[in-house]
Amino acid sequence: MTAAPLRIFIVDDEAPARSRLKELLGDLTAELPNVVVGEASNGQEGIELLPAAAPDVVLVDIQMPQMNGMEFARHLTTLERAPAVVFVTAHGQYAIEAFEVNALDYLLKPVRAQRLAGALAKAVSTGPANREALARASHGPRRYLSVAERGKILLVAVADVLFMKAELKYVTLRTREREYLVEESLTSLEQEFGALFVRVHRNCIVARRAIRGFERAGAEDGEGAGWSVLLGGCEERLPVSRRQWPTVKSLANG
Amino acid sequence: MSILSEKTSGDALPDFRSLGVIARALVGVNFAALLAAAVKAQNLAELADYMLEIAAVLEPTLLGSLIILYAASPAVARLPYRAGLAAVFGIVVAVTLAILWLGATAMQDAFAPGALRAVAFAILVTALLAAYFQLRARAFSPALAEARLQALQARIRPHFLFNSLNAVLSLIRGDPKRAEGAIEDLAELYRMLMSDTATFTTLANEMDVTRQYLNLEHLRLGDRLNVEWRTEAAPRDALVPPLLLQPLVENAVYHGIEPGIERGTIEIAIYREGDRVHVRLTNPYHPEHQHRQGNRMALANIRERLALHFDVESTLESGVVGANWEIHMVMPYRKQK
Repeated sequence: MTAAPLRIFIVDDEAPARSRLKELLGDLTAELPNVVVGEASNGQEGIELLPAAAPDVVLVDIQMPQMNGMEFARHLTTLERAPAVVFVTAHGQYAIEAFEVNALDYLLKPVRAQRLAGALAKAVSTGPANREALARASHGPRRYLSVAERGKILLVAVADVLFMKAELKYVTLRTREREYLVEESLTSLEQEFGALFVRVHRNCIVARRAIRGFERAGAEDGEGAGWSVLLGGCEERLPVSRRQWPTVKSLANG
Repeated sequence: MSILSEKTSGDALPDFRSLGVIARALVGVNFAALLAAAVKAQNLAELADYMLEIAAVLEPTLLGSLIILYAASPAVARLPYRAGLAAVFGIVVAVTLAILWLGATAMQDAFAPGALRAVAFAILVTALLAAYFQLRARAFSPALAEARLQALQARIRPHFLFNSLNAVLSLIRGDPKRAEGAIEDLAELYRMLMSDTATFTTLANEMDVTRQYLNLEHLRLGDRLNVEWRTEAAPRDALVPPLLLQPLVENAVYHGIEPGIERGTIEIAIYREGDRVHVRLTNPYHPEHQHRQGNRMALANIRERLALHFDVESTLESGVVGANWEIHMVMPYRKQK
């Protein structure tokens, strides 16, 4: 055997489930050399620990508190060297349908050693999970957006974002504290978070709860008088396009 | 031991699209007409005459009503029983009047002198049929109620079994003693889940099953799950429907403990006040997790089963109290004789 052992990371909120996977991986070392490079008991912890562990494959439980396995896997795709993902779940039916349709690898609990070996081999050959496939398999909006920074993943709570603005190939997220760049399209973000954000301009969506009021913008911007939206927690005035004004205005009183 | 209350969740109209129902209506109505004719007739020839006379109005009315009921069946079935019954009477009377009016117009006759009698006959026959179908439905309903009970009880979340088996597997090598205990708990729990369901069990038994269930959850959730039992004053001999407490506690784990990263506490208080047994259950409330399926469904199931077993003598209230979700269940204190 010349190949380096497969580096594996485990994320599951149940300790017995993690130790079971480790036992099985131990049993498999002869036929499939592997090493467990880290484990985490929830999504946030996984996001913190995983980049430094640099695994080839991550085994992810679907049903976890705070951040489910699907969202966790989506955040991993922001990493430059994203691991392959194998989902592990005790759920039948609907979850499996989403996996099958989107060609995502999964294992059912209790996991059998042979299935685990097969899934690992397949994951290595197919590589990191496709971001769009993960998005399609997800139910409901994410709770965080992720930004890659110096080889780490920063999580930005969607609830903290004041507005999102498209610029060239990036979208800028603005919170009270600072700005982040994410590589996603404003259109898909608007679709995912439409319940929380409203479009004020072709290139900008604003958190509904952050809207404090509106202000007449001067004629100096060349297009004649328009309106700007005022946000709680940031000085910036965002222009409202004439097309969006009727929709946005109706929120002002609400 | 028996089901204390026979009350089912309500009467229902027959399915007007079922062949059996249509055939019974046709035969029943014609038989009634024959009886009516027989009462009036002196001999066989007169009987045939009367029958013909009646049939001229009766058959189109009967067929018309059945066709309209056939078409309106889904709409009528959605109504509560009384409203549905009223709708059926309305349809029958309307069809009767329409046929009489058509007949009168066709014969250039005055709006029939016998119209009142025809309408009265229609209402009478409809009432007889309604009573017959209701009795029939009631005769069959205990089986339905029992089937529903079975279905309601079978609703332990399937992922629980697989997660538990997974947890037991993880124990076998390192802690075989604990693994044995866990499998014993699992066996007892599933024996209860698969047992005969129409009968009552004792509160002590129900508490044991819940403890076994919680042992298994402890295995996989570890320190995150903390349970406080306040059952010193529990009437252990009280008769309760089986699997009343366990699903509520399962719900508390699913909605109160699993969504949290921190340790959470479930409090189970059971006590007796006069001739009532009180069960109070509290668990941490995670508002962001209310979209998780099944909370209201599980509660609705328990509520329905309480009603099936205790009729109106039981109550179940639930709501947010501070940072907790609280359920308060009250049922009559009944002892084994």
